[in-house]
Amino acid sequence: MNEYGFIETWLRRIAILLVIVFFMFPIVWIVLMSFQTNETILRIPPSAVFEPTLDNYRALITGKLETNAAALDIQFMRNLGNSVLLSVCSVALALLLGVPAAYSFARHKTRFSEDIAFTLLSFRFAPPLLVLLPLTLYFQKIGLADTYIGLIWVYQLICLPLILWIVRGYFEDISEDVEYAYRIGGHSWFATFRKIAVPLAGPGIAAAGLLAFIFAWNNFIFALVLASADKQPATVGALAFVTASGIQYGQIAAAIVLSIAPTLALALYAQKYLVEGLSLGAVKG
Amino acid sequence: MAAQSNNAHANTRASSDTLELDGIVKRYKGDTVLDNINLSVPTASTLVLFGPSGGGKSVLLRLIAGVIDPDEGQILINGRDMADVDPEDRGIGMAFQNFALFPHMSAHNNIASSLEMTEPSKSRLKAAVESVAKLLKIDHVLDHTPRELSNGQKQRTALARALVGSPSLLLLDDPLRNVDAKLRFEMRIELPALLAQQQTTVVYVTQDYKEAMALGDQIVVLAAGRIIQTGTPAEIYQQPATIDIARQFGDPAINLLSVTPQQDDNGLFVTVSGTRLPLDSGYGDISGKPCVLGLRAESLTFAEPGKTDNTGPTIPVTIEAVTPLNEKTVTLAMTSGNRELLLSRPAGTDGPVAGEALVCIDASTIHLFDEATGLRISHNQSPQIPHSGGTAAAA
Repeated sequence: MNEYGFIETWLRRIAILLVIVFFMFPIVWIVLMSFQTNETILRIPPSAVFEPTLDNYRALITGKLETNAAALDIQFMRNLGNSVLLSVCSVALALLLGVPAAYSFARHKTRFSEDIAFTLLSFRFAPPLLVLLPLTLYFQKIGLADTYIGLIWVYQLICLPLILWIVRGYFEDISEDVEYAYRIGGHSWFATFRKIAVPLAGPGIAAAGLLAFIFAWNNFIFALVLASADKQPATVGALAFVTASGIQYGQIAAAIVLSIAPTLALALYAQKYLVEGLSLGAVKG
Repeated sequence: MAAQSNNAHANTRASSDTLELDGIVKRYKGDTVLDNINLSVPTASTLVLFGPSGGGKSVLLRLIAGVIDPDEGQILINGRDMADVDPEDRGIGMAFQNFALFPHMSAHNNIASSLEMTEPSKSRLKAAVESVAKLLKIDHVLDHTPRELSNGQKQRTALARALVGSPSLLLLDDPLRNVDAKLRFEMRIELPALLAQQQTTVVYVTQDYKEAMALGDQIVVLAAGRIIQTGTPAEIYQQPATIDIARQFGDPAINLLSVTPQQDDNGLFVTVSGTRLPLDSGYGDISGKPCVLGLRAESLTFAEPGKTDNTGPTIPVTIEAVTPLNEKTVTLAMTSGNRELLLSRPAGTDGPVAGEALVCIDASTIHLFDEATGLRISHNQSPQIPHSGGTAAAA
């Protein structure tokens, strides 16, 4: 910091503070809201001073929502469980399918491989609703509507292209000679894939998996259309807080805090990989 | 070395050649990068593939290793056709120019990777790795990852990985390219002894003529995907097939002068800086044909003024610069026609350092090339165009 003068140093600190406040304020405000009742949230003017209450979290965890009109049953914890199940399984399946596919696209260029890879990416361009309507009809016919398997399958539209394209870039960055050296050392191509290519692309695979997890976790529209109440993830489940007797802001805030906690924790834990992964191996190790 | 197990492939045909290439052709997107390559490498000898980058040396090595496939032709290792044999089943070792170490494994595991599939005993594997590491003086860094190794240690690790399985055929792709000059010099001395000790057949790729001369029993010069010349180091140096080869072998570089041979009553001759340099009749009828005269720096000597029993005709020059190198002194001289000549003499011998001098040309050491084709004009026989690949069997 010695290269900057005193004033410049403080101006920089203030600028960084402003940026942090700008980005962190919504999250901080929601955390504050989650400890308030609807009355204190809605008072005018708003204030950060209030008597904290754990009622919102209690209501979510016990599943009993007390409104001033009536007591309602909500299934938020189940929704959260569904989110975990759907996201984890979708990412696991996408990794299982996407990593070998990415390797194949990176290493074995055939005449149509570029077209196929692009087609897979183009799934992400299509508006989800366009896909959903015909898909709903098909799923009802073949009995996949409102099943976890059906949802995980549809979630591949989100996860697979992401993993395929990020991981492919990583595989392309690995020197072919390194793989040749392992094969000449007496190992099969599959052993080379497992022991050389996958470990060396590890940061990329981790980053792609994490991103895919966040996208899957945040998905709303697929689950809204294809899943009934007991299969819905937290994003759709939060709709239940819009009740006949008003919007339960306190519970919504608490639900948001609970549902961003896993992704936030994961992102913080894997921050290093994420940054590395997104710079797509620009810095060679 | 503890294990000989990579030599598992029985010879299916009696042959003294470990490697034979027969009419190899490789194309990339319509470009022919290797055209009709034929060569054979006798067991326990070293063949050097020499040539400029882009000449196809590395591609040829990868074809032999089996990581890419030829479009035409046949590769035989120990007499066995390699057409459908995967790289892991060829029983070869290979060291890469960029080392190609596995960054996530220790030096020990890097080396062990070449042997672990054929050596079931953990303790014998460890012993083999340690013995080859000791040979290459890297036994003290075996637990380091490649990131923690110096360039020289990386290069030795890569070499150890290629050697540890005692392969019957060792492919070395310019392994000294990325190491510093001092280490390259050391390894140039060490490697031949090491390879001889292993009794391994070696194909060695390099762009450095000194490496080629020091290591090769046989040198194959590749350019633009074709074999230009095959021969022993001495043959390549003494009878370079083209101007390019003459230029690439030798330090300081060979002196090349444009001349046109002429014929008169006394026979064939060329004129260098006003001096008549007779050529004997062995060159055939080349009078009037534009040629390039090649004079090796060490075959030119300074003549003492007034002395008449010189070994050849003399030309007057002006000394421009004298550069002492370690084992030799290089003199840059200018002829009266403003053509530069480089002369080399052993260090410690006397020679003029400035002013006028006479340079003596020994007619028996000259090289003559056709200026239009760049090909050597052969002596004592009619000029003959060496066709690519055809000279390979000469060794």
